[in-house]
Amino acid sequence: MRIKIYKELSRFSLDVALQIEKGEFVAIRGKSGSGKTTLLRAIAGLERARGLIEVDGTKWLEDTKALPPQKREVGFVFQEYALFPNMSVLENLLYVKKDLGFALHLLKLVDLLDRKDSYPHQLSGGQQQRVALARAYMRRPRVMLLDEPLSSLDPATRSYLQSKIKELHQEFGTTTLMVSHDVAEIFRLSDRVVELHKGKIIHEYTASQLLNRHQLHKAEVVAVKEDHILVAFLGDIFSLPKTKEHKVGDIITISIKELACIE
Amino acid sequence: MDILSRIDWSPFWLSLKLASITTILLFIVALPLAWRLSQTRCGCKPIIEALVAMPLVLPPSVLGFYLLVAFAPESLLGGFVKELFGVELVFSFPGLVVASMIYSLPFMVQPLQSGFEAIPKNIIEASFLAGKGWLQTLIFVILPNMKASLLSALIISFAHTIGEFGVVLIVGGSIPNQTKVASIAIYEYVETLDFASAHIYSAIMVAMSFAVLFTVYYINRKNANKNL
Repeated sequence: MRIKIYKELSRFSLDVALQIEKGEFVAIRGKSGSGKTTLLRAIAGLERARGLIEVDGTKWLEDTKALPPQKREVGFVFQEYALFPNMSVLENLLYVKKDLGFALHLLKLVDLLDRKDSYPHQLSGGQQQRVALARAYMRRPRVMLLDEPLSSLDPATRSYLQSKIKELHQEFGTTTLMVSHDVAEIFRLSDRVVELHKGKIIHEYTASQLLNRHQLHKAEVVAVKEDHILVAFLGDIFSLPKTKEHKVGDIITISIKELACIE
Repeated sequence: MDILSRIDWSPFWLSLKLASITTILLFIVALPLAWRLSQTRCGCKPIIEALVAMPLVLPPSVLGFYLLVAFAPESLLGGFVKELFGVELVFSFPGLVVASMIYSLPFMVQPLQSGFEAIPKNIIEASFLAGKGWLQTLIFVILPNMKASLLSALIISFAHTIGEFGVVLIVGGSIPNQTKVASIAIYEYVETLDFASAHIYSAIMVAMSFAVLFTVYYINRKNANKNL
């Protein structure tokens, strides 16, 4: 997949060139307003842009000539789920493609087979996002775009959803771009990280290089004991010595080394 | 009972026919207009919104007068329609339909526009990304998720057309079975001091208006409870 996108934004211009291998999982990170979401939306065809997007020999964008979103074989998962409220879980999937067998298979993969007749408002945030994930795979897309899909979920649900994203990526091998601020999430899911600043790529590195660059990480306190605390990090729970008073829900800074010595 | 058997029901049928045709045609015309108004950031939006809302504040006699002038066979519009379709818009049922559509325009456009504005943009985009075109998205995603607005637009436009008087009188006059709708019939009964008939016609109109409004509020309440 070749991407070369240019778009004028209000404060800067988005100017990104990327080459992504088939089946690769690329994370996009950067400060708020750095152009991450706009980049995904331009790839999906939801924003006008100039440049080139070529996927498996098909040009989705050539200068200003663009294929509409309907013709780009792309799956998109929004931060706010974007399920169709008037349709049940199964109907949400079947609306994309009338393939009952595949829809049921996807619902089984995301552990929602028993909720297939429920409506979005009857589901929790995590369940809704799993439906959105399954729905995005219904078209068997060539490219999957995930726009901060887990940012509004609690740590435990986020961790569970990360494993589901991983499973789906392994099963379908879809080339994936995911916007995320969460270093732990990026480390767990992606092969490569692209860092954007004011619409330009300023760094590219592997997920493990990212972890080394960031010796200090954020973790959420999930329990406070007498002499130690438990924190959620990288989808797991770690114990740390209690050096000061904390309460559940605090976000604290930890280091990998600190975690490594705990056993 | 005797008076009921003397009642001429044709003005009611004509009112229902006028309201039904007006509502259907107005829906088709207002849908794209309301959509554009809900999506546009163009500087001309307040001008178009003001023009659409004009029938809400204009005295019906003013609107009726200008429509009468515009519909006259000697005028540009009236002449054009007569030449193209062979239809005269003044003192005719087709003319009443066009006048009613203009008069009821805000009652259809405004609820539809609010409904469109309340639909999250990302569910429309999700439909496009599912490979669906504009029409499929409208039918299967947008309209089912703005049922309350849709219902308000259709029913209020229908009810408003049934109750219309000033514009109808000026543009259509009172030709039996062509332009003499229920509201005009009541006016004539009052003029001829036939208060008994006027009472019956008016009572039916009151009952119809209440039934229509009750239906809107009842269904809206039911929808609201369902979404809790």
